[in-house]
Amino acid sequence: MNLTLRVWRQSGPSDAGRMVTYRVEEVSPDMSFLEMLDVLNERLILEGDDPIAFDHDCREGICGMCGMVINGVAHGEQRATTTCQLHMRHFEDNATITIEPWRAAPFPVVKDLVVDRSAFDRIIQAGGFVSVPAGSAPDAHSVPVRKEDADAAFDAATCIGCGACVAACPNGSASLFTAAKITHLSLLPQGQPERLSRAKAMVDQMDAEGFGGCTNTGECTAVCPKGIPLDTIAQMNTDYLKANAK
Amino acid sequence: MKYTEGPEIRDTKAPEGPIEERWEKRKFSARLVNPANKRKLNVIVVGTGLAGGSAAATLGELGYNVKSFCYQDTPRRAHSIAAQGGINAAKNYRGDGDSIYRLFYDTVKGGDFRARESNVYRLAQVSVNIIDQAVAQGVPFAREYGGLLDTRSFGGAQVSRTFYARGQTGQQLLLGAYQALERQIAAGTVEMFTRHEMLDLIVADGRARGIIVRDMVTGEIERHTADAVVLATGGYGNVFFLSTNAKGCNTTAIWRAHERGAYFANPCYTQIHPTCIPVSGEYQSKLTLMSESLRNDGRVWVPLRKDDKRAPGDIPEDERDYYLERIYPAFGNLVPRDIASRAAKNVCDEGRGVGPGGLGVYLDFRDAINRLGRDAVEKKYGNLFEMYERITGENPYDVPMRIYPAVHYTMGGLWVDYDLQSTIPGLFVIGEANFSDHGANRLGASALMQGLADGYFVLPTTLGDYLADGPFGEVDEAAVAEAELKVRDRIERLLAVNGTRTPDSFHRELGRLMWDYCGMERTEESLRKALERIPELRKEFWENVKVSGTAEELNQVLEKAGRVADFFDLAELMCLDALVRTESCGGHFRAESQDADGEALRDDEAFAHVSAWEHSPDGEPVLHKEPLVYEYVKMTQRSYK
Ligand SMILES: Cc1cc2nc3c(=O)[nH]c(=O)nc-3n(C[C@H](O)[C@H](O)[C@H](O)COP(=O)(O)OP(=O)(O)OC[C@H]3O[C@@H](n4cnc5c(N)ncnc54)[C@H](O)[C@@H]3O)c2cc1C
Ligand code: SF4
Ligand code: FES
Repeated sequence: MNLTLRVWRQSGPSDAGRMVTYRVEEVSPDMSFLEMLDVLNERLILEGDDPIAFDHDCREGICGMCGMVINGVAHGEQRATTTCQLHMRHFEDNATITIEPWRAAPFPVVKDLVVDRSAFDRIIQAGGFVSVPAGSAPDAHSVPVRKEDADAAFDAATCIGCGACVAACPNGSASLFTAAKITHLSLLPQGQPERLSRAKAMVDQMDAEGFGGCTNTGECTAVCPKGIPLDTIAQMNTDYLKANAK
Repeated sequence: MKYTEGPEIRDTKAPEGPIEERWEKRKFSARLVNPANKRKLNVIVVGTGLAGGSAAATLGELGYNVKSFCYQDTPRRAHSIAAQGGINAAKNYRGDGDSIYRLFYDTVKGGDFRARESNVYRLAQVSVNIIDQAVAQGVPFAREYGGLLDTRSFGGAQVSRTFYARGQTGQQLLLGAYQALERQIAAGTVEMFTRHEMLDLIVADGRARGIIVRDMVTGEIERHTADAVVLATGGYGNVFFLSTNAKGCNTTAIWRAHERGAYFANPCYTQIHPTCIPVSGEYQSKLTLMSESLRNDGRVWVPLRKDDKRAPGDIPEDERDYYLERIYPAFGNLVPRDIASRAAKNVCDEGRGVGPGGLGVYLDFRDAINRLGRDAVEKKYGNLFEMYERITGENPYDVPMRIYPAVHYTMGGLWVDYDLQSTIPGLFVIGEANFSDHGANRLGASALMQGLADGYFVLPTTLGDYLADGPFGEVDEAAVAEAELKVRDRIERLLAVNGTRTPDSFHRELGRLMWDYCGMERTEESLRKALERIPELRKEFWENVKVSGTAEELNQVLEKAGRVADFFDLAELMCLDALVRTESCGGHFRAESQDADGEALRDDEAFAHVSAWEHSPDGEPVLHKEPLVYEYVKMTQRSYK
């Protein structure tokens, strides 16, 4: 297939940035989206151009490093899929594809499609953990956990921290990301002692980072590659309110 | 490539006495550091995977001053995140006859008698604490209806000792370690440096005293000094270009440490994983693993006849060859990885492979779906099936998966003693980056166990003993300046070549060469060819590579070029190591050394040792042998028949 790409190029945080058009030819439908960009980049290097910078590592949808807004949709139109798992067979021959970075004030652009998501780490630092120093744990079977709870906790815990939810949200809210961690830990007995203080600290940090508020548009779940459900946000709000009522 | 032989390594610092008591003894003899002094001791931990993440968090909890480094934008993305299948532990929660001794025995045997008994025993002992720790952190392992932890049996094991979190065990364990690490960052005991790549080790007055790193965003070259350095930088499977490793996995950190004096042990021990999605074209950038837990229910087969082009569903039962079940009736589809991989290569070499280029075999769930129902299969493997369909466009509920072996794990790594200390005092190496526990072949679900054993439990004790002599004072400025200069020089050299080939094109060619000549099957001839070709290719690289951009910015081409340059040097040592080891063992298969059935044939007389290579500046490596003594597990030829 032959494609036209319109790609966001920005040499650094102080550059204003612009869309640049590239033609890529003989793309195989079995290629992944990132492999298609690899091929373009190889060409750009040899032509003496600056290749397009983008983040990626595992290339199998689990590390959360990749992420681009493709044709206006975070991670592209295919549901429950990270950018690296997207394959060219889902695009039409001769299509024009627009590629942009995550856009949200708390995620400043570093270069081209690479953004700074360190705000997410700071939200976890605020309380996204159980305080158990190594070596202090009781036998794993000393506390049984209902299978339903363990499974639901797992579902929330699968968040890969990619940031697509923020990029998709009209308010630039990090609620889905934050709620996923809060829900994961609050469903488990091990997470109970710090449950309310955790919710409070994480939500406050999220606000302090400049993420917007949640108005229930659901855009986040729609693009989330791991299908983190919207009701985690309700869980977060409940815990947060309880914490503040204390 | 020539080499010389140096003195044997006799002392591994493992305590004497009954094997069950050695770790207790070491823990007791390890000196403690006064809590007030801990704050004055600085430790650098490079890598935030299971090994480095758990180590940095634990050292922070203990009160040391820790600096932690990774090349990704956050510590949570280390390659450990990709582990799917599970983690072993000798909990014997099933009462199916498991024990610490059995896990120890299985690991020594699985490693084909090329691992150190004392280390492996300790690993099995500590394994039980890991599960406790992870559960307490909120790692959502799979559970049964009674609320207790579920387990499964995993490639090569006859007991059910593998704990798992659906197909995302590595992710969940890593997030546990990451959260513990972030907790310490918030507490101020750990300072985190993301998007920083270690480019050299600082050695001063005979001790590892720091690292030189490049800030990958600004390009700035920084020096960080400390009282001890811990490398947890993962494996070097990407020397093959195509592997199941993340794209950024590299050998740079351990290779530079090797050049500074750390011995590199068993570089040729590579694990080829039998169940990966086959290559689809020239542009292929990495290979994706399908968890081998699939082999619990999937049946591996190829057509009985050569060049059978019929669709799998049209091939009747009696024209299929379920070759693993046929050749290895006792273990069937669950034989260890090296055996399953080689068997797949053999049937493909016979012309019976399926899919593009005949490089694939079927992994068929038809019978499992008939027996257990589609729902049960979906529950167990749903996300893996989905992943397969995403990549190939084929639905494994209807057509069998196609799989082929791919490079997956490197058992070799920097040599360490029982304390996990390398041959450079103050340089400790943990996780996949060291060589320690898996011998010539790692059993499934044992890498996660080793990484966390090292990081949460072993290193914090043994490092304390080393630091009890510290702080070690100011670091010699000349040593720091020399290391920094070397890094700057190399970057300038890479940028100055301005040739006509990209770093990736060299990497692909090197990888292809390694796969063909130093891959699943190695011969004297193939290895000699590789040893001739690698230096030529390296020469061309340094004369003709094209690195665009500048050093003072985010420059992914420059990062890549630096890693490829190190892969060349490592590749050469791997081939030399493979050439010198004329026996077959575990994942190292020398075609010249096989029995009448084509199984790997060890030569215990000549090779029951670790090969630890010392770098020498004139280019002739020095081989030091660490003899391996088996006091507990009797050496036998492995048989899975
Ligand atoms: C697809 C896949 C599935 C697997 N499944 C299983 C499984 O089910 N069970 C099992 O037991 N094992 C499994 N393994 C193996 C296991 O995941 C790894 O061996 C293990 O996670 C390695 O952990 P680590 O902490 O040593 O290194 P890694 O997790 O690789 O971490 C390396 C760290 O070092 C950093 N780093 C590297 N180089 C530099 C540098 N130069 N400068 C700065 N930082 C650097 C990286 O940023 C990263 O933080 C699997 C492996 C793969 C590839
Ligand atoms: S909630 Fe979903 S979209 Fe948001 S960071 Fe997590 S995985 Fe990504
Ligand atoms: S590169 Fe890891 S999720 Fe896409």
